[in-house]
Amino acid sequence: MRYSGFRVIAEALTGHKGWKPVWRDPDPKPDYDYIIIGGGGHGLATAYYLAKEFGQARIAVLEKGYLGGGNVGRNTTIIRSNYLLDGNEPFYEFSLKLWEGLEQDFNYNAMVSQRGIINLIHTDAQRDAATRRGNAMILHGADARLLSRDEVRQMYPWLNFDNARFPIKGALMQPRGGTVRHDAVAWGYARGADSRGVDLIQNCEVTGMRIENGRIKGVETTRGYIGAKKVGVAVAGSSSKVMAHAGMRLPIESHVLQAFVSEGLKPLIDGVMTFGAGHFYVSQSDKGGLVFGGDIDGYNSYAQRGNLPVIEDVAEGGMALMPAIGRVRLLRTWGGIMDMSMDGSPIIDKTHIEGLYFNGGWCYGGFKATPASGWCFAHLLAKDESHITARAYRFDRFLKGLMIDEKGQGATPNLH
Amino acid sequence: MIIHHPILGPRDAQEFVYLGDASLIDRPDGMTAGVEAFHDYLYQRTNPAGEHQELWYHEQGDRSWLVVTRNTVTHEITKVELAREVARARGRTK
Repeated sequence: MRYSGFRVIAEALTGHKGWKPVWRDPDPKPDYDYIIIGGGGHGLATAYYLAKEFGQARIAVLEKGYLGGGNVGRNTTIIRSNYLLDGNEPFYEFSLKLWEGLEQDFNYNAMVSQRGIINLIHTDAQRDAATRRGNAMILHGADARLLSRDEVRQMYPWLNFDNARFPIKGALMQPRGGTVRHDAVAWGYARGADSRGVDLIQNCEVTGMRIENGRIKGVETTRGYIGAKKVGVAVAGSSSKVMAHAGMRLPIESHVLQAFVSEGLKPLIDGVMTFGAGHFYVSQSDKGGLVFGGDIDGYNSYAQRGNLPVIEDVAEGGMALMPAIGRVRLLRTWGGIMDMSMDGSPIIDKTHIEGLYFNGGWCYGGFKATPASGWCFAHLLAKDESHITARAYRFDRFLKGLMIDEKGQGATPNLH
Repeated sequence: MIIHHPILGPRDAQEFVYLGDASLIDRPDGMTAGVEAFHDYLYQRTNPAGEHQELWYHEQGDRSWLVVTRNTVTHEITKVELAREVARARGRTK
């Protein structure tokens, strides 16, 4: 069923009796050409593009819980392509371009809203770094603007401009950045994949991999053995657990990142704002809640909940930047598990096992990457070669000294 | 989280800095080990869901390194040792 304004009106006039379930709930077949492990944003996008753009068939997505129940439903919904390094910026700009056409492409309202993102600047050194980053973005075809202090003041006059430690001196803005309704991304991709014949199999956890003579034959699951010619793993957060079935160790640690939403307020923040010096970023949802977050908790964790010290730290960051929110009540906090990689950048690559492919290591930047990640992973699965924008995301970059380290922190995942 | 320091008793985890898997104690010998061994040491992690031995540094305390055994699913801490003693037990000289 194609969605349109006409369809909404027609259904309204006929008592909304024509709406159908958005996807099937099939049982697994004995074997497939492609199995994607992980029914989150990246896995569903991979299946969608495999079927739609690369013309492949006999595809299944295996999800241990329900579709979109992991990190795609737990993030703070920001899209942007404001990266510095050559290995990253073309990929994220490709992703942003896909976001811009996504709703028409998969005929689903994902509420893509490009209201702009600003990164605040407090020192001359930060302005130099922001200028360099902005120029790098423009060179790769993205958009960037350096805002003066007065321009920031015009946008948000109520910010704490004269904070003794971090006075606001300006900002780097990407006008095309913004937010997207995160669940709808998973649902839109799921619907698009299902309508092209992809089997979306839920409550199906992978418990083992059958590997013979260095080649993958299929996966053991809680719903029985399923054979496959190629298996793609897109389970960021649980990557080490799943790849351990193939006997692999990864350059990844799992960490918990918390997010927060306040009670609903009148319109206060139009776009997205990051206050890097205070480990704080914020946007406002359509319901009026301030959606914000800060640093990861900093220790290995698979618990989808964090601890109080980081909540205090994030609240302090918020108060330093926006004293006006002092009386706003916090509505909810939650945590998600991040694949923190050794250089802060992701991996989309083949493994040493023939037919087994890996997509993960997204740190806390996976959501914005969803469309390009799916596209590039589908490209790799279908053609056995990396997409041009994802060629740097290799497993062996650590061995060869080709790290993509945006923050220059080295092999300390909890600092990226 | 409360870390029961072997010398100082119960301390808030906020006083500590986290480094990572305690396998970082077992650095290969730089004179004999090859590039691959160092790559595995520096970049590869087992990253278990469950019991995890990890290095914490008591920066705002006595500046000691600890090996904390903690469950990464429940955050429960079951054992805290001085890293020095763990390293010696594994055959390191200091």
